[in-house]
Amino acid sequence: MESFIPETLHAFLPNVIQLFYLGAIILFILGLKRLSSPATARSGNRLASLGMLVGVVVTLLDREIISFEYILAGIVIGSLIGAVVAKKVEMTSMPELVALFNGFGGIASALVALGAWFRMTDAVLPVADLLIMGLSVLIGGVTFTGSLIAFGKLNGMLKGNAVIFPAQNVLNIVLLGVAVAATGWLVAQPLEVAPVLIVSGIAVLLGVLFVIRIGGADMPVVISLLNSLSGVAASFAGFVIDNNLLIVSGALVGAAGLILTNIMCKSMNRSLTSVLFARFGGSGAASAAGDTGDKSIREVHAADVAVMTAYAKRVVVVPGYGLAVAQAQHVIREVADLLQKKGVDVRYGIHPVAGRMPGHMNVLLAEANVPYSQLYDMEEINEEFPITDVVLVIGANDVVNPQAKTNPGSPIYGMPVLDVEEAKHVVVFKRSMNPGYAGIENDLFYNENTYMYFGDAKGTIEDLIRAVKEL
Amino acid sequence: MESLIFNLFIFVLACFVGFEVISKVPTTLHTPLMSGANAISGITLVGALAIAGSGSGTAATIIGFLAIVFATINVVGGFMVTDRMLEMFKKKKTEGEA
Repeated sequence: MESFIPETLHAFLPNVIQLFYLGAIILFILGLKRLSSPATARSGNRLASLGMLVGVVVTLLDREIISFEYILAGIVIGSLIGAVVAKKVEMTSMPELVALFNGFGGIASALVALGAWFRMTDAVLPVADLLIMGLSVLIGGVTFTGSLIAFGKLNGMLKGNAVIFPAQNVLNIVLLGVAVAATGWLVAQPLEVAPVLIVSGIAVLLGVLFVIRIGGADMPVVISLLNSLSGVAASFAGFVIDNNLLIVSGALVGAAGLILTNIMCKSMNRSLTSVLFARFGGSGAASAAGDTGDKSIREVHAADVAVMTAYAKRVVVVPGYGLAVAQAQHVIREVADLLQKKGVDVRYGIHPVAGRMPGHMNVLLAEANVPYSQLYDMEEINEEFPITDVVLVIGANDVVNPQAKTNPGSPIYGMPVLDVEEAKHVVVFKRSMNPGYAGIENDLFYNENTYMYFGDAKGTIEDLIRAVKEL
Repeated sequence: MESLIFNLFIFVLACFVGFEVISKVPTTLHTPLMSGANAISGITLVGALAIAGSGSGTAATIIGFLAIVFATINVVGGFMVTDRMLEMFKKKKTEGEA
């Protein structure tokens, strides 16, 4: 590699590399900025990947790098796996995939920090570097196993419910204490391998303990947080090997993840500490059970819904994760197309936690060719419900539950919800009368202007398509 | 120690840049933003290259190699899947489509 570069330039090489790193950072920042608008997002992602390419290629010019076999092998293997996974993955599985990639980023950063330790021989690292190394391994390791557990919970390999056992928080604090102590030991005896192994082991264990106690409903928060952690891990690995590119890029990602975590917490009316350290809806069932007396529901069928929607001025579709599970995004878009041909104004009202990660539902609808100009945020669409004729609630439950506004005893009280009941008519597509993910009774179903349309989401929508066509 | 303080400056400033750049992203783009940001966190690949290629012992080389594999999956997979998602975000339906 060095032979490509004239001898006279060698002295300048480190500075040249740094300048290219600066260029890569600029590309990352511009890329992230462009990712904030649908029109420029794709080019933003490409700018960022160009930045990555620049960073990797100039690093290979570094004179410290003398053997390329392992580098080449690693890059080829990693690229193949990454490319195949990226091509094959279903859009419904995006949350799992992002969780998994977060984990890989985390373990890579932990390994970089570990490698920096294994690389040092007599030239012992300074105390500060050893401390940061310990921290870096800890964060990277937690990100890794935490992400694997999140992955398992999201794709159903692990049970989604929160695993709680006594003294869990105490155990976590003790483990963290031991990790800190081991890092202290490492500072005292920098060449001892035992403390390095202890910190690594605890990191891996803590990641598991940290995510198993978090229930499936809180996964959007957890993925965002793990995303942030994967950035922080990369940044700290940058401290260990004294690399500005890692420090800055990692910090950018850390900040991005934190913003999304905050947004997710707000949309579920949960504080981060309650997600991480408390249990969801522990005693909510009792307060909700009080007035389930003999409320009646109004059941409708395809033909009724077809008439209602086809002669409406405005229809709002409120999709929930149930829609994605049933793979019904495409058929609902067909309904929307049919209605639009009849002159109906069709919009989609999307709750921030409608999918399993922030913005997931938007991606699923985009996949079904729904133009993003028809997708409306919660705040935007809530103003529209009073002038909406029919709302179609498909596979959503808790995000349209008026109890969040009316019943202070409800576990979801205070969560921002879609005010669908303000529309003239609401049709709820639902498999049965079972309560939703959080196990909470939904008053909406018993409202006078609510109609229940029972059946599998995809089947009922297909029936609706036929009924609309027959009109 | 000096370099630590200097690095800390950079870290904190970069965090602020991150907050500024990202705080206005619409809900529609949260998932692609997260997966794109996630791919950027694979920048740790650059560190992995230095570890694996430095020729300083078997342990460091193997650790570096594993780090490269994981980080590359993160980078390549992350950018590609983000591109795949963003490709689907279209302003209007193209004509002639069912």
